[in-house]
Amino acid sequence: MLELQHVSYGVDQDGDSKNILRDINLNIKERFVAITGPNGGGKSTLAKIIAGILTPTEGRILLDGEDITGLNITERANRGISFAFQQPVRFKGLTVKDLITLASGKNIGVPEACDYLSEVGLCAKDYIDREVDASLSGGELKRIEIAMIMARGTKLSVFDEPEAGIDLWSFSNLIQVFEHLHEKINGSILIISHQERILNIADRIIVLANGKVEQDGARKDILPSLLGRAGGVCSALTDKIR
Amino acid sequence: MDAIQKSLLEQVADLHEVPEGAYNIRANGAAVARNTTANIDIVPKNDKDGIDIIIKPGTRNESVHIPVVLSQSGLEETVYNDFFIGDDCDVTIVAGCGIHNCGVQKSEHSGIHSFHVGKNAKVRYVERHYGEGDGNGENVMNPTTVVEMDEGSYLEMETTQIKGIDSTIRTTRAKLGANSTLIIKEKVMTHGKQLAKSDFTVELDGDGCKANVISRSVARDHSKQVFMSRINGNSRCHGHSECDAIIMDEGVVAAIPEVTANCVDAELIHEAAIGKIAGEQLTKLMTLGLTEKEAEEQIVNGFLK
Repeated sequence: MLELQHVSYGVDQDGDSKNILRDINLNIKERFVAITGPNGGGKSTLAKIIAGILTPTEGRILLDGEDITGLNITERANRGISFAFQQPVRFKGLTVKDLITLASGKNIGVPEACDYLSEVGLCAKDYIDREVDASLSGGELKRIEIAMIMARGTKLSVFDEPEAGIDLWSFSNLIQVFEHLHEKINGSILIISHQERILNIADRIIVLANGKVEQDGARKDILPSLLGRAGGVCSALTDKIR
Repeated sequence: MDAIQKSLLEQVADLHEVPEGAYNIRANGAAVARNTTANIDIVPKNDKDGIDIIIKPGTRNESVHIPVVLSQSGLEETVYNDFFIGDDCDVTIVAGCGIHNCGVQKSEHSGIHSFHVGKNAKVRYVERHYGEGDGNGENVMNPTTVVEMDEGSYLEMETTQIKGIDSTIRTTRAKLGANSTLIIKEKVMTHGKQLAKSDFTVELDGDGCKANVISRSVARDHSKQVFMSRINGNSRCHGHSECDAIIMDEGVVAAIPEVTANCVDAELIHEAAIGKIAGEQLTKLMTLGLTEKEAEEQIVNGFLK
């Protein structure tokens, strides 16, 4: 179980301090939790704080009761936190198999690596030896990123906007992967998303706006109000129109 | 050969025993083993150090190994090897030099290789350089490669220098005939206070010829690298050079491209990217459980693979 206690994060901007996250308190124990909210609300910052990429200015983070606030990225990864980037990273020279092998933490064979790739809808024989470089499309990179998370199989998997940067056509294929993801990953999934179809499969939805938890509850309680408010499109946009 | 020489041979030519096909193994300035085949002849030169390698037209799926090992500190040599590759051949040539220097004197090997690639011949040329030793003597290699390519021929040259060479100046000159293709893939890693310079000049003379010069390198510690590529498009041709370098510690890399179109139908491109390992690459691998140092090693190994 992940616990955030009074987590705040601020940055200095042109001499002024700006609070990105303000006193966040959350307990994550459900299988599938979605965090949503307007752009600039602090969602990605929160994900990076959980993964150890950013250090909170205040507050504590606990994983299964252990205080991990002072642990670095590697230590948190080894405690059981996985993080799928919003913009997957490209590597000249490292292949899909190299990354999946590193993710699994052991020397896996081609058949096992292929299993993970087929789970995310990639034909293994076309991809296993490909370099994870600029020759792969955004959609392919996202799938490989998800396959790495599956290969890790940790107790907490954090996904930062898996829909970002890919076209709607690719995303509608990807959604099927997420619909079955919790069956493949034996742990909690924390996913940042604006997509109704993702929110629709979450057990719990947290709305983060202006660095604060604005709404938090079961899907059935939160989703209708979100859809009513935004009309199924970006709330920032409807706010402006209004 | 002794154990040191055998280990060098393994490093530069992947050879545990004598290779199949034609070979000439040179150790400490003298030929220690040679084999010729019905199609590949190896003839020592009379006027200077070196050999002529003559490959009969139409020879296919054969290989020639010509490794050089130096384990005697202070040995300096210049060797001339000329390859005459007949028309329509399809062959692999493996050269390489390994130096073990445990003394205080400089050990130096300068190999001057010239290739005459016949019409429609296809050649894969692999050259590896490796140095080791616990003394203070410098390991120096200055390879020169001169290539002349006939119509429709294809040469792929892979050069690798990963460890232990204190100073190297690699000079490559190539002249391409009509519809010929030259691909050069260079991989270099320098450390300590090493210096590595590569100097490529490619003359795209023949109509429809192509050249691609690709360099990937890593400069660590206080080492320095210079990559110079000069491509002259003298006809309807396509030329591309690419230098991709990772700098670490206090490493220095300079990329100096020169592309000259002497013909209106010449298409020439140069790309160069030099920088340290991207922070997000390290972060990504760390989220997989690797330490920063392990992540760095994976990235460098992959880059030079």
